[in-house]
Amino acid sequence: MSMTATYRKTRDPKIRLWRNTKTALVYAVLIGLSCVFLIPFFWMLSTSLTEAGKVIMRNKPWIPNPMVWANYKQALTVLPFHLFLKNTLTITLSCIVGQTLSASLVAFGFSRMRFPGRDVLFIMVLSTMMLPAQVTMIPTFILFTKLRWIDTLKPLIVPAFFGGGAFFIFLLRQFFMTIPSELEDAAKIDGCSPLGIYRNVALPLSKPALATVAIFSFMAHWNDFMGPLIYTQSMEKKTLALGLYSFKGLHGTEYHLMMAAAIAVLIPVLIIFFSAQKYFVQGIVLSGLKG
Amino acid sequence: MFISPWMIGFLVFAAGPVLASLALSFCKWDILTPVQFVGAKNYAKMINDPLVRKSLTNTLYYAAFAIPLGMIGALSTALLLNQKLRAMRLFRTLFYVPSVTAGVATFLLWSWIFNPEIGLLNRALRHEVPWMEFAHGFALKHIPFIAHPPGWLADPAWAMPALIIMSLWGVGGGMLIYLAGLQGIPEELYEAALLDGAGATQKFRFVTIPMLSPTIFFNLIMSIIGSFQVFGAAFVMTGGGPANSTLFYVLYLFQNAMMYFRFGYASAMAWLLFIIILALTLIQFKLAPKWVHYQ
Repeated sequence: MSMTATYRKTRDPKIRLWRNTKTALVYAVLIGLSCVFLIPFFWMLSTSLTEAGKVIMRNKPWIPNPMVWANYKQALTVLPFHLFLKNTLTITLSCIVGQTLSASLVAFGFSRMRFPGRDVLFIMVLSTMMLPAQVTMIPTFILFTKLRWIDTLKPLIVPAFFGGGAFFIFLLRQFFMTIPSELEDAAKIDGCSPLGIYRNVALPLSKPALATVAIFSFMAHWNDFMGPLIYTQSMEKKTLALGLYSFKGLHGTEYHLMMAAAIAVLIPVLIIFFSAQKYFVQGIVLSGLKG
Repeated sequence: MFISPWMIGFLVFAAGPVLASLALSFCKWDILTPVQFVGAKNYAKMINDPLVRKSLTNTLYYAAFAIPLGMIGALSTALLLNQKLRAMRLFRTLFYVPSVTAGVATFLLWSWIFNPEIGLLNRALRHEVPWMEFAHGFALKHIPFIAHPPGWLADPAWAMPALIIMSLWGVGGGMLIYLAGLQGIPEELYEAALLDGAGATQKFRFVTIPMLSPTIFFNLIMSIIGSFQVFGAAFVMTGGGPANSTLFYVLYLFQNAMMYFRFGYASAMAWLLFIIILALTLIQFKLAPKWVHYQ
């Protein structure tokens, strides 16, 4: 509870003692909880550096001795992880571009243009957020089968360029609404077309919102499992998430290798997270409070 | 003009499939044989399908524990972090990291933790983890010692609790939303409550909870939707087993669609899912005015 905020400075030693004890207690609980949250990661790291034979040892030490970095090399070469990485990067980067571009265009249309049926259409867009993906999964699968796109990356990329997802449209629309219309009028007087306003006014002003969309899109596609599971079949077309799953099927008992592969897949996510934390928090807050 | 990419997308990837799926749910089709109209047969079959019942019960079981525990966990951590003390940002990041990494990698990590013989959890319960003596002597004098801990993912009775425990690792997402809500509560309200002689519990009960109720409501709806769509964890970690104890509804739907190619039946299942989620959400919206306070 944010009780501390209402405290005022006091000289009463009893109250001060109580406050200090409380602070100490809060820190103790927080440190304890952090340990519980982080231990799985330590266990993962520790296992990934352990010698093959020692994984099953009782009282396996937390800090492996020796540290076997070769586990990583072995884990990433028993299956073609370089191909998985290439595929995942292709999908993720295309989808980031596709979703930010098309979602911002559509959001701009919904927030800055007037045309008949706009609000009805917007409600339809929002209602697709309610629909579970499983409803459209089967007809979409049939459609891509008919197009002979199965076992290519196209089903995972092309949809991103059309609309970019209701959630992102909603998020960007909310943001565009906050742009003062004076700016738009000024641009119009300078002879800007709607497309020019979009490019020269709306986009430069909404960099933080676009960054949020890009990062959410990255996370969604990097971690996506069901999509690649449905649409890819051969080893060369698999993504990292799917590759890890195959790894479990083929080497499910070699935990040291499995953990090494899993960590390798997590590292880019962690790097992005720590370098763009601000946008994560902002996106969560935006979606949480206005969603 | 600007809407055109969405219009095309909406038609091709949303509206078209929605209608097609609705139509398919009244047909029998396995790609090989021609489409055959069967009326409401798929829906009738679902009522008598023991696996539909099993998977619905499993999903409800998961939801009944994962939602309340997750919401209480997320709210308590948010309350702890909402104090004006040092290093709160660091703790916030630490608690949030597991929700960022959620995916196949962490599913593999947890199947390793839950390994009955040599997984971390059972080693800890059997006191076989190094440094435990230290923790034992230091503060946690009574870490329970269990000679024969449960088999977790290998045991039909314990597989679901295991998945619920794992879901609690991801409370960080909800926590962040609660934190945002808590920080939006004006300071004056607490000061006014203090003047009225409210104690800590009363301030929590009469200021924090009502002011936070829209956030709690949002998290509740999102958790309901989320727990009815659990798929990856069960698919990767247990494949629905042992003895169908973790056969989630969406997992069974997926098996029908992509393994047995029962497209009609799976479409009918998808519509039932939509109806269930819609009904639960509408019920929540109906109940909301009783406890959700908007300013």
